[in-house]
Amino acid sequence: MNTRQTLVERCSALFEDLSFGASRAWKDAQPGRKVVAYMPVYVPRELIHAAGMLPLGILGAGESLEVIHGDAYYQSYICRIPRSTLELGITGRLDFVEGFLFPSICDVIRNLSGIWKLQFPDVYVRYFDVPQNYVDGIGGSYYRRELEELKEGLEHLAGRLITPEALRASITLYNENRRLIAGLYALRTERPWQVPSSELYLVVRAGMVLPVEDHNQLLKDYHAAAVEEELPIRDKSRIVLSGVFCEQPPLSLIKAIEMAGCYIVDDDFMLITRWLLQDVPLDGDPLQNLVDAFLHHSAETSAKYQPEAKLKGQYLVDAVKGTKAEGVIFAAPSFCDPALLERPMLQTKLDATLVPHIGFKYAENSGQMQPVREQAGTFADSIKLWSNP
Amino acid sequence: MRCFIGIDLGSTTTKAVVLDESCQTLGRGITNSRSNYDTAAAVSKQEALINARFTLLRRELSGLPGIEETLESDLASLERAFRQVQFLDQLDDLEATCRHGATHARFLTQKDGIEAALSEVFRRLRDEAGRMFVPRAQKKSDFFRDLAGSRFISLAEGVSKELKVNFEVLTNLYDKAIIEVENRPPSGAIDKKFLAALETIRAKGAKSFDSPEVAARVRQALSLPLEEVYVVGTGYGRVRLPFPKEHIRSEILCHGLGAHLMYEGTRTVLDIGGQDTKAIQVDGDGIVENFQMNDRCAAGCGRYLGYIADEMQLGLHEIGPLAMKSTRNLRINSTCTVFAGAELRDRLALGDKREDVLAGLHRAIILRAMSIISRSGGIRDQFTFTGGVAKNEAAVRELRKLVKENYGEVTININPDSIYTGALGAAAFAQRAANA
Amino acid sequence: MTAADIVKEPSMLKQKEMIAHNYDLLTSAEARGQKVASTFVPGNLNELIRCFGLLNNLPEINAIQNGMRQLSGDYILEAEKRGHSEDVCTYVKADLGMMAKGNLAPNGKPLPKPDVLLLSYTGCFTFMKWFELVREQYQCPTIMLQVPYQGDGQITQNMRDYIVKQLKEEVIPTLEKVSGVKFDIDRLREHLAASAKAEDDLVWVLETGKLKPSPIDAYFGGVYYIGPIFTAFRGTQDAIDYYRLLRQEIEARIAAGLGPITPEGTMAKQKYRLVVEGPPNWTSFRELWKMFYDEGAVVVASTYTKVGGTYDLGFRHDPNHPLESLADYCLGCYTNRNLPQRVDLLQKYLTEYEADGLLINSIKSCNSFSAGQLMMMRTLERRTGKPGAFIETDLVDPRYFSAANVKNRLESYFQMIDQKRKVAATTGVHA
Repeated sequence: MNTRQTLVERCSALFEDLSFGASRAWKDAQPGRKVVAYMPVYVPRELIHAAGMLPLGILGAGESLEVIHGDAYYQSYICRIPRSTLELGITGRLDFVEGFLFPSICDVIRNLSGIWKLQFPDVYVRYFDVPQNYVDGIGGSYYRRELEELKEGLEHLAGRLITPEALRASITLYNENRRLIAGLYALRTERPWQVPSSELYLVVRAGMVLPVEDHNQLLKDYHAAAVEEELPIRDKSRIVLSGVFCEQPPLSLIKAIEMAGCYIVDDDFMLITRWLLQDVPLDGDPLQNLVDAFLHHSAETSAKYQPEAKLKGQYLVDAVKGTKAEGVIFAAPSFCDPALLERPMLQTKLDATLVPHIGFKYAENSGQMQPVREQAGTFADSIKLWSNP
Repeated sequence: MRCFIGIDLGSTTTKAVVLDESCQTLGRGITNSRSNYDTAAAVSKQEALINARFTLLRRELSGLPGIEETLESDLASLERAFRQVQFLDQLDDLEATCRHGATHARFLTQKDGIEAALSEVFRRLRDEAGRMFVPRAQKKSDFFRDLAGSRFISLAEGVSKELKVNFEVLTNLYDKAIIEVENRPPSGAIDKKFLAALETIRAKGAKSFDSPEVAARVRQALSLPLEEVYVVGTGYGRVRLPFPKEHIRSEILCHGLGAHLMYEGTRTVLDIGGQDTKAIQVDGDGIVENFQMNDRCAAGCGRYLGYIADEMQLGLHEIGPLAMKSTRNLRINSTCTVFAGAELRDRLALGDKREDVLAGLHRAIILRAMSIISRSGGIRDQFTFTGGVAKNEAAVRELRKLVKENYGEVTININPDSIYTGALGAAAFAQRAANA
Repeated sequence: MTAADIVKEPSMLKQKEMIAHNYDLLTSAEARGQKVASTFVPGNLNELIRCFGLLNNLPEINAIQNGMRQLSGDYILEAEKRGHSEDVCTYVKADLGMMAKGNLAPNGKPLPKPDVLLLSYTGCFTFMKWFELVREQYQCPTIMLQVPYQGDGQITQNMRDYIVKQLKEEVIPTLEKVSGVKFDIDRLREHLAASAKAEDDLVWVLETGKLKPSPIDAYFGGVYYIGPIFTAFRGTQDAIDYYRLLRQEIEARIAAGLGPITPEGTMAKQKYRLVVEGPPNWTSFRELWKMFYDEGAVVVASTYTKVGGTYDLGFRHDPNHPLESLADYCLGCYTNRNLPQRVDLLQKYLTEYEADGLLINSIKSCNSFSAGQLMMMRTLERRTGKPGAFIETDLVDPRYFSAANVKNRLESYFQMIDQKRKVAATTGVHA
């Protein structure tokens, strides 16, 4: 029976499994299968999939892993995700991973690519640089060649060529995945009581470790179950959660925000699943279609340069408007350059449109939720007072 | 006799070790560091030299026929008697200092009352002194401030009521005086105090020192000049020592060598002190090959436990035993001293048991130490754990578990006198420098 | 020590004049009608900027000046008061705080509003956010020049093409528009040829660290040596003259067998030869330097002196390939190199400069430098057998400099080297 509860329990087990049993099981099911890990914020998973390999999203190790060796490599003023990721590596929890992509998100993750090269010389490690120039003939040409190099690297690792047909098939699956997730997000925006964010998070998060085919089925099942079972409507404030795109807060933080009287109606968790804003076309050159989608139809976040001064931060204002949110909660990992440097600009933009906001910091292993409960609760109350004078 | 002295000026305590020519430990002394490193160094050195006298006595007398049975207990009595003489001496100083303080103009109107009260308090303190130095007396500390302080306050409370003197005035006088007294090394010739102590215990029936031969040997041990050939300072306060630069060694070097001298097989040393945590790799001769200290963030040092004890309104020595009662693994994530307090309150508010939270906190600081060890190159056999936290059984339990999980079977050395590791290393450097 | 006690050589005075003159030009630019570009040190295109008659204002250099003049602490607090996190780069906060407090140059006059922000996005993520933040204040044209990171430890043709295309199609046209000056590639060639001349002398100077005794300190002294080439003077006659003068001074020091010059005169004994990784701390620059020269520690090579170009690895600005050589320049800057490359470079320094060990000054602000340094240190210790040491400070945040802490580590480190030497000298015998 695929009830909401059993589905969420399954996702929760996947979330807590720091040995990545589900991904290992996929790999062990057939000899010769390979796994390519990636970190936030975006990589074209379609290419990995089209090479017959499993893309595995690594978002740190959450709150339960004790970090010993990872800490040995990082100063106290660096965020936690590289430490716990390295701990996963050093303790053998990623010993089934043959490739690792480190996207261009910040200098810490960038340098982690070098650490991985030094520490795990047998792994195919690539720093995945993306263009900050969105002109077809400039950034587009560069990105095209970057994707070709990545494709060649993945082909070499997989021992087989990525044919246009295979890539189209993968794009089809990931288009579906993006549509299904967008559908759940839309359902939550419309009826947030029906889709608790702590559940939605786990269901989407399962896509980090499951093959996309399985994840698509899971998303469908959960959507059906979520619509099926009516949950009570509560009088909560609608907020957008911003800044959680890399190191993940503990699940208890999401729950604390919800319990404090907030409906999270949009967020920037796992942007990779919503990075491409439209279906990637299937006709023509699939690789070029991925390039075009990135250049012209991709999400905005701090790791991307905004060429137009007046559009800086507009994405958050749009998210607030689009989801009829009443406020924004900035939650950023401690020492997170992208989130913390971006925040003042976003705040300026929100202030100009009279959107209330609060902010705090967390680490993936933050142990105390009382301050979060208090702040989010006060914020939710103040929104209500403010909107019902 | 040629003596080589090492002094380790830590952030909370100052330790001294006296070595003889053959690098045998003659004596050890410890005192609280106070604000004045000069005095702390002088006091700890004096304590170590006093301790050295007992060692010399023991060397002179052990094996002598007729006193085998009684020697150890009599030596212990002698030490207690000596401590009592010393204590009374300092008490005189404290009283005189308090009385001097009472001469201040602002006490003019209550002068007589204050003097009478001081006389009474100190009379009672002296009366009690005998009980403080009986065998197996329970004392929280050997430092004069701790011995005299708590009793003074409690006696003054009663006396102030009886004599209708303002209690605050008495405690103020004490507070000012104790700082002066503890910043003054105990006065008076040490050998005279020894002789006075000897008389006391003989009067009480100690037999070991009666025969002329023994008496001669005792005299010899007490009068043998202890020549301070070379002194080396180390520790946090070493730059404040009135020593020339060549008499100063870093605590890393001293801890490495000290641990080697305590356990020759030592290859990795972990020291968790009040202010910092050090991981040191040494070679077969105790020479430092690599070291790492906690980074600028002092999270997970000994002070963290002190802070937690304060938060829970417990004594520092109480939290280890309480944590040992834990039955449940509870993860505390914050080694940030400031945040740990908040997390602790959060946990207790959620209904977690104190002992489980405490055990989690102990594990957290040991995890932090494990990272610093890993940064320095990991643990090699044998592994020696030193510093104040090495006395905490809950911390040691977590360390043993984590060492086994991460490095397998490793010999773990924890010396009950590990607090002297740095001073021992410094003294060894003094011996080498003098004989270079 | 008073300012009068500090020994100044002619090259130092020359550089001081150059910097003062540049600030005078900047603060009078508006009145004189000259236009100003702001850009960053790594990947700065001074030769190109000069082709358009623009002045070059470098916010990191302003932050350094403010750090050394003890002003940065207040500026950082100002920025934090305005909502910037205590966790992020203090160059950014010192810059924004300075703007909020009147934007005064060291000559006491306000710096001009830039006419264009040239965001040379080279080796540092924060640069991108920094200029997005600055752009918010000035609302002026902003050019993003993205320099791909050498993730695989090499410059690919794709990277080079991308930069050249950005230069041709975006940077140059925008600079033309802002300045009203038509781009003249021959003028660029002249500037590049001038750059190469000065670069030759800089490399000669930096490589004298290989000598024993070393006539230079390649970190504390080195930051002065790189000043003109890394900032607004690359490609100018002033820079050529400065490096000629500097080279002559060092030739004289070598001839006289002298060690490097310090604020307290010539360093006498050289007990320890170190390679240093990481930027300096600017708020306690002298104090930190003193901890080295008092102990007889001389820095023979450093990576910080390569953030504005790795000339010692052979790169020169090339008038025959003007845009390509600007691309290669940007791509080669130290922080645009991946960790294995940085390890290789440090290993080369440790060996070729016959250093006793590696010292890492880990900077809180700078994740580009700092994230991974402990891995680098461990790898280098393993490869060379030479010990590493690790201290932590910040660029311009005075709250993050603990003198006692740093001194303790340095002393322990120097004494460890001593002890190891004694052991090596009397192999097998107790030291």
